[in-house]
Amino acid sequence: MFKTYKAQAWLLLAPALILLVAFTYFPIGNTVWRSFFGFGVQMGDYLSDENYARLMEDTVFWKVLKNNLLYALVTVPASIVLALVMALWVNSKIAGQSFLRLSFFTPTMLPMISVANIWLLFYSPEIGLFNSVLESFGGSGINWLGDPDTALYSLMAMTIWKEAGFFMIFYLAALQTISPDLYKAARTENASAWYIFRRITFPLLMPTTLFVFVNALLNAFKLIDHLFILTKGGPNNATNLLLYYIYENSFSFFDTAYASALTVVLLLVLIIMALIQFGIIERRVHY
Amino acid sequence: MNKLFTACSSSVAWVFALLWVFPLLYAFWAAFHSAEYATSFQLFAPLEINNFIKAWDQAPFVRYMLNTFAISLLTLAGQLIVCTLAAYALARIAFRGRALIFSLIIMQLMVTPEILIVENYQTLAQLRLIDTYFAVAIPYMASAFGIFLLRQSFKSVPMDLENAAKLEGCNLLQIIWKVYVPLAKPTYVAYALVSISTHWNNFLWPLVATNTENSRPLTVGLSIFGAPESGVDWGVICAGTLISIGPLLVVFILFQRQFIQSFMHAGIK
Amino acid sequence: MRKNLKKLLTVGAIGLSFSALVHAKTELTMYYPVSVGGSLTKVVDSIVADFEQQNPDIDVNAIYAGNYNDARVKALAALNSGKPAQLSVMFSIDVHELMDLDAIVPFDEVISTPEEKTWLNSFHPALMENGLVDGKTYGIPFQRSTIVMYYNKDMFRAAGLDPEKAPSSWQELIDMGQKLTKKDSSGKVTQWGAMIPSTGYPYWMFGALTKEKGHKLMNQAGNKTYFDDPKAIAALEFWQDLGDKYQVIPKGTIEWGTLRQNFLEEKTAMMWHSTGNLTAVKNAAKFDFGVAMLPANVERGSPTGGGNFYLFKNATTEEKKAALELVKFMTSPEQAAKWSIQTGYMGISPAAYQTPELKEYVSSFPPAAVARDQLKFATAELSTHQSGRVRKLLDDAIQAVLNGQQSAEQALTSAQKQADRILSRYR
Repeated sequence: MFKTYKAQAWLLLAPALILLVAFTYFPIGNTVWRSFFGFGVQMGDYLSDENYARLMEDTVFWKVLKNNLLYALVTVPASIVLALVMALWVNSKIAGQSFLRLSFFTPTMLPMISVANIWLLFYSPEIGLFNSVLESFGGSGINWLGDPDTALYSLMAMTIWKEAGFFMIFYLAALQTISPDLYKAARTENASAWYIFRRITFPLLMPTTLFVFVNALLNAFKLIDHLFILTKGGPNNATNLLLYYIYENSFSFFDTAYASALTVVLLLVLIIMALIQFGIIERRVHY
Repeated sequence: MNKLFTACSSSVAWVFALLWVFPLLYAFWAAFHSAEYATSFQLFAPLEINNFIKAWDQAPFVRYMLNTFAISLLTLAGQLIVCTLAAYALARIAFRGRALIFSLIIMQLMVTPEILIVENYQTLAQLRLIDTYFAVAIPYMASAFGIFLLRQSFKSVPMDLENAAKLEGCNLLQIIWKVYVPLAKPTYVAYALVSISTHWNNFLWPLVATNTENSRPLTVGLSIFGAPESGVDWGVICAGTLISIGPLLVVFILFQRQFIQSFMHAGIK
Repeated sequence: MRKNLKKLLTVGAIGLSFSALVHAKTELTMYYPVSVGGSLTKVVDSIVADFEQQNPDIDVNAIYAGNYNDARVKALAALNSGKPAQLSVMFSIDVHELMDLDAIVPFDEVISTPEEKTWLNSFHPALMENGLVDGKTYGIPFQRSTIVMYYNKDMFRAAGLDPEKAPSSWQELIDMGQKLTKKDSSGKVTQWGAMIPSTGYPYWMFGALTKEKGHKLMNQAGNKTYFDDPKAIAALEFWQDLGDKYQVIPKGTIEWGTLRQNFLEEKTAMMWHSTGNLTAVKNAAKFDFGVAMLPANVERGSPTGGGNFYLFKNATTEEKKAALELVKFMTSPEQAAKWSIQTGYMGISPAAYQTPELKEYVSSFPPAAVARDQLKFATAELSTHQSGRVRKLLDDAIQAVLNGQQSAEQALTSAQKQADRILSRYR
């Protein structure tokens, strides 16, 4: 056997590792450093927890964190359920399968910015589509994006519209790998559709569900493009999300130190999610 | 009974699909009619392309498209090279620390460049690279997803082929290029489509990494375009939106089967 | 022979480099925001082209940056890139922040001739307020505006009101607004009396209301705010009452971006908006409309708004001089007149209004003079250190009150406290 030199392995890995260090690991370190040593745009030379003390007292931060968690809590399950339903539809013998598939998947191909532009029109209180439809049924218009009570949910609806199709694809792929023999066997035993789904389909889709779950959760924290177009975090921070707040602090207020402290919080959230992923996936999914 | 259920569920699916695609159809319709019709929904109002002319006038869409194209290709090219090399090392070479390196790479699936936007911006600013295609592309070149996919793919290549190549005197790079890359072609295609669609639509990082039309992509251009202080003109916004999603959407519709298969292929892994 | 050749070459080389020096163009990069709809990038390009024609040794690269926030971010980011900017048009209220970042220099340092001194003093004083710090001029007006009240004359006629008389006081705003608010049989409003936007730049609208109560929101040094003064609280309560009590404006948040379209689609009889919308409204309105000064309470008032020219510190002396030439050109009366006509922004100097083009335009289209006439009641726009953050505090407070989440007193007191905490280190 030909011996492959370990040195070569490192050489092959070098580009990837250099980039990873430069754009992931070094920045993580620097972020933590800046959050402890930085003030505004400058770096001081003494360690202080001033940025974190401020963070604890910052009502906007707590609101933002709460918003983001709520946002994740609603969009993730909703997207998953919808994705599963859509995949089941597309996978079944319904006529017009490719139209269904196209229609569900297309929002995924659009940039979030375009989606936001379109939905901004829908959500407009005086001249938008949703209110016109509501009013034609006798209801009264809602200030979807301007009312603190509905704004975040309006964003969630739009996000689910965009994301569900993406996750549908993964479910589709997984559905097509389930052996039809399983279904045949179940049918010979007169199992109902619901039983088949509950006992065969869903458990076999567990790995996909977990993959989709983690992805959706990640997107809930990382995809904030629509805020730039729709609400900019308003009204009164009702729709402000963590990464957007980080962007505001760093690029609008030039307070990179505080933005670093906020980033540390975001990193902690992601690390917790990563641990959950590795923890659960390793144990419950494979059998 | 089952038939009825299927028929019901069919029609529900259809209605749902129509509702689902409706926003896009609406934007399409609004782009071809002047603003007031957009909000009073007179379905058969006169068609006009005024909005497109205005939108085209107001922003350099051709330049934006060129930039987006260049950025996506540059990102993909970088990814293909970096990820192929790394994937081979992880798949085929046993070395100490391999598991650790692999988990460090997987970490990047979670902590994407946008999360570290504050620091990554500083890095590129210090390198004086802000406002170049390179600045937008480089943080994404070490793609954990790509490495993961290719590693899976490479692992399934039979060792005999590699041994045969070695016997012919190929060095490592030649082996990778002659044996592994061709066999992983479906993975490459799938990954390429996923990567291009992702980066075509990327917004937050390009927003801070670009400054001027020189490197600004469509998404950032559209966000600036749609936010003048005095307010928006719906028809023009929809037209601008359609112009920017046009290219990718057309390609997608023409090649939807391939696109969807790619995402599915990537998903299975 | 060789010696001669050498001499010749040397002379030739020196000659070439000298001529290169003489013909070397100064290159300027400038960022600017476009804050009115329309192909204004083309207008800017044509002004720049005229300038380049008259100044063949200066090359200008004018870069459209988005809105005011984008322009600031991008211009400052450019200083960090390989292609810095030498000047830019940015928000008039960014001045303290830019000074804190040590990014700009006052124009006083760059002007040298007596004519230039005269030029520096040739603008409307009200427009200079935001640019003057410590007696020096850091910002020269370019695209400036005030808030004006657009109103639908046809709707006034239909309601039995005199179409030439827009509300001139808060009480009239209430009374006339109520007459103009129409409901259908189910009690739903089909036409509002007025709309005052509370997203986008709510602090700006608030600045008008407080000025009308005779109150200023901050001091000139930009290190103290007066949000919790009883007059400010009363002004915010009035804004809230307009929606809740008098039902003249929609309750809750009114979106900045769609306001103009709402007015054009006749969903509201009056709107408070930037004069920068004038040309767009004029071109699109299918009804008879008028423009009036904002109504008075104790007095009339509106904050000024818009963008100023700033000179960056990191430019060479030559570049600074060239930039000064560009600024002088773009703010000259003729160019200012052209700019005002094509955009709806104000003519920034009395001289601009004396040019034949603008004189004729104003006489044929009186609304163009309203912003100018309102200048004597104008006040500076809210500007402090850490401007962005302080503005956001006030914006959040305003939105909280209009959405019924807090009382005006609670919200403004809390905002004042937070602002004090931020600004105390600048005192």
